[in-house]
Amino acid sequence: MWDQITLLFKDYTFQIVALGTGFLGLLSGAIGTYATLKKESLLGDALSHSALPGIGIGFLIIQSKELTGLLIGATISGLIATAIIQLMSKKSSVKFDSALSLVLSSFFGLGLVIMTHIQGSPNAQQAGLDSFIFGQASAMLVRDVRLIAIIGTIIFLLVIVFWKEFKLFAFDSDFGRTLGFSGKFIEFLMSTMIVLTIILGLESVGVILVSALLIGPSVAARQWSNKLGVVLPLAGAIGFVSGISGTIISSIGNRIPTGPSIVVVLSIFVIFSLFFSPERGMIVKRSIHKKQQKNFMKQIKSLEKEHGK
Amino acid sequence: MEEQKAIDIHQLTVAYDAKPVLWNTSVAFKKGKLTAIVGPNGAGKSTLIKTILDFIKPVTGQIEYFVGKQSSEYKEIKNHIAYVPQNSTVDWDFPATVLDVVLMGRYGHLGWFKRPRKKDKDIAKEMLVKVGMPSFSNRQISQLSGGQRQRVFLARALAQEAEIYMLDEPLAGVDMKTEHIIMDLLKELTKKNKTVIVVHHDLQTVEEYFDEVIFINQEVLNSGPVSSVFTKANIEETYRQDRNLGEEEDT
Amino acid sequence: MTIITEITLIAVVVSIACALPGVFLVLRGTTMVSDAITHTVLLGIVLAFFVTQDLNSPFLIVGATLMGVFTVWAIETLQHTKLLGDDAAIGVVFPLFFSIAIILITRYTGDIHLDQDTVLMGELAFAPFRRLTVFGIDIGARAFVTMMIILLVNVGFVTLFYKELKVTTFDAAFAAAVGFSPVLIYYGLMTLVSLTAVGAYDSVGSILVVGFMVGPGLTAYLLTHQLKKMIGLTVLFAAVNSIIGVRLAFAFDSSIAGMIAVVTGIVCLLAFTFSPRKGLIQNSLNRRKRQKEFNEKIKKVY
Repeated sequence: MWDQITLLFKDYTFQIVALGTGFLGLLSGAIGTYATLKKESLLGDALSHSALPGIGIGFLIIQSKELTGLLIGATISGLIATAIIQLMSKKSSVKFDSALSLVLSSFFGLGLVIMTHIQGSPNAQQAGLDSFIFGQASAMLVRDVRLIAIIGTIIFLLVIVFWKEFKLFAFDSDFGRTLGFSGKFIEFLMSTMIVLTIILGLESVGVILVSALLIGPSVAARQWSNKLGVVLPLAGAIGFVSGISGTIISSIGNRIPTGPSIVVVLSIFVIFSLFFSPERGMIVKRSIHKKQQKNFMKQIKSLEKEHGK
Repeated sequence: MEEQKAIDIHQLTVAYDAKPVLWNTSVAFKKGKLTAIVGPNGAGKSTLIKTILDFIKPVTGQIEYFVGKQSSEYKEIKNHIAYVPQNSTVDWDFPATVLDVVLMGRYGHLGWFKRPRKKDKDIAKEMLVKVGMPSFSNRQISQLSGGQRQRVFLARALAQEAEIYMLDEPLAGVDMKTEHIIMDLLKELTKKNKTVIVVHHDLQTVEEYFDEVIFINQEVLNSGPVSSVFTKANIEETYRQDRNLGEEEDT
Repeated sequence: MTIITEITLIAVVVSIACALPGVFLVLRGTTMVSDAITHTVLLGIVLAFFVTQDLNSPFLIVGATLMGVFTVWAIETLQHTKLLGDDAAIGVVFPLFFSIAIILITRYTGDIHLDQDTVLMGELAFAPFRRLTVFGIDIGARAFVTMMIILLVNVGFVTLFYKELKVTTFDAAFAAAVGFSPVLIYYGLMTLVSLTAVGAYDSVGSILVVGFMVGPGLTAYLLTHQLKKMIGLTVLFAAVNSIIGVRLAFAFDSSIAGMIAVVTGIVCLLAFTFSPRKGLIQNSLNRRKRQKEFNEKIKKVY
């Protein structure tokens, strides 16, 4: 087993893929923290599903599987879907989550229609459809990893430069505006970062699971600290480790897809954190609750004695 | 000598979606006074505050702000206005400590990019002492009672070291201890010639707490010193049922 | 009966069966929980298959349905801990179950008659070829018979518990006070959602089901204020959307379920734009009218 892993780390293809999924985990973990804090984690899910028709149309226009072109298409259709969701939930009595579900499935349906039409047969596998639906990390190339690294670096620079402003607006945007910061600009920057992160994840993790990478790490990290300055980097680290471990498991194991394998590793982090966090974990809370109950019963009993029941 | 004004509002009309909430309102807030804005639900109290804070653009009318001698636009004096929103709808589980939140009050002075320094932290800590919560600075905000939360938000506003303070129902649902701490602090501010404007819901305590009162119900009905204006007749006029012109309630 | 007619018939039954519980999902604002269910029943199907070794077994349907109910319970339990946001709880639970299901499917593809494409979009085109035989007699396409039964169960539930569904949806606290347990009705509804998703997965795939559930209900919601009318319109739209969808899919030679989802989305957007009650255009006309009156009022004063 250990030999297998050391051998694996010497393998060039594996190095590329692991680096790619690791970076991706790091990026989505850290940026996803803002998405969960702003309660927009499910919007990310809708956005990723809605990217599918953009990938199909992108392919129809450029007639090749050149990644950048497809990702531009994905971004455009994801943004259109988000705009429709916002329009429906703000301009009518339609509830946000109804709009979300409708747009998510209609766009995903449109994606399938376009992809099956491209193929001319109902079998999507040959059209390379699967690589974007469930992700195909093993197909990652050096230039894909470079793309993730470049955009990731830019995003991290933004986080460092606008740290104070992002924190302020994620916490209390109304108050931020009274301080004279441009709310529109900050919100635009934050949404753009989230959208770019999702789009970058489409190739390796796929449209269905990419939102999990956004949500999981920050939920796990939140259990270990009350400070954003710790939660965000920790979420990045959890994403990074999940990305690499998931890739190792899928490389060693027989027929284990990478995306789902990353999600399972990540979920173990989440479950562990929810149960065993020393301050707010479910187990600690339960024992505190029991202790309180015991003390309470003791008090009642001593009261009863005092009053000479 | 005429009293100085802090905010002067001329013929202000505010509407949501073409439904008027405030109608042709003119009123002035006096400098260094503790002013209560009083009126029934949906009278436009919060709307008035939010318009002053430039959240809502009025349909017509002007607001003049006086921080120095000269009248200014909102943009020029925004760092001199502090705001405590009505029972904040923030996410209480946000990874932030009490000190973090109070420190946010300094962000306006820092401007873009700059990080808070020791001086800002000292100010934030000082304000926590003022609201009686110095030992809470490392607590996560969800571990606070309602009154404590309100005090933290007051401390955040105090950290802004502003000239004008606007509070939207700061006493709603807080304990007596918090109520006294808040009112003492606000009085202290007015002694330093700061202007304090409070949306207030409890008519019983207006006379005890405030210098000035403004009766509002879609327009300003009466305003002036509590001693002369806070009369039974004026209260009845403001709260008369048929005053509400059947328009939708203020949100 | 031609193939197209039979496919259309199956599509209509599937759509109506899905849309019926969807009415209450739309009114309650719990559609994303149902989205989670439609993903996780897949794990239920795979696990139940390992036990029953038969994709057509009724026990498989029961087992997979239980997984959907378990999902609802898991999400609610997480939400009650307050350790994470309500939406994050949904976003944590379903990717895990779905991922496990996909890993199992990929590993045992040869053994299970399931592959990723079926999971995604079902095989409505092949549905007429999978027949159900009882005692050697062909009684119809399996998908048709299964979904017809599920449709009847859904109709039965909505008819029997109409009053309870209505009151718990409208005002849960009041319902609890007068003795209808909102929790019980909620779980009942979610069990139906789960059952329907299990029944529909091989026709429309587990990702599109949510569109079949939400779309027609939401369209009807935009057109009427009355619950009974809303249910009627929902059934109508479910049927019409799938008839149009099947035709278009054949014309474009594309995924049938995908096309129905697209039609559903477009029809709903049309209702959103043109509805004489709550539509975008009507709202903006109303606003313009008010604005005009308001401007005149202003002119008089100033």
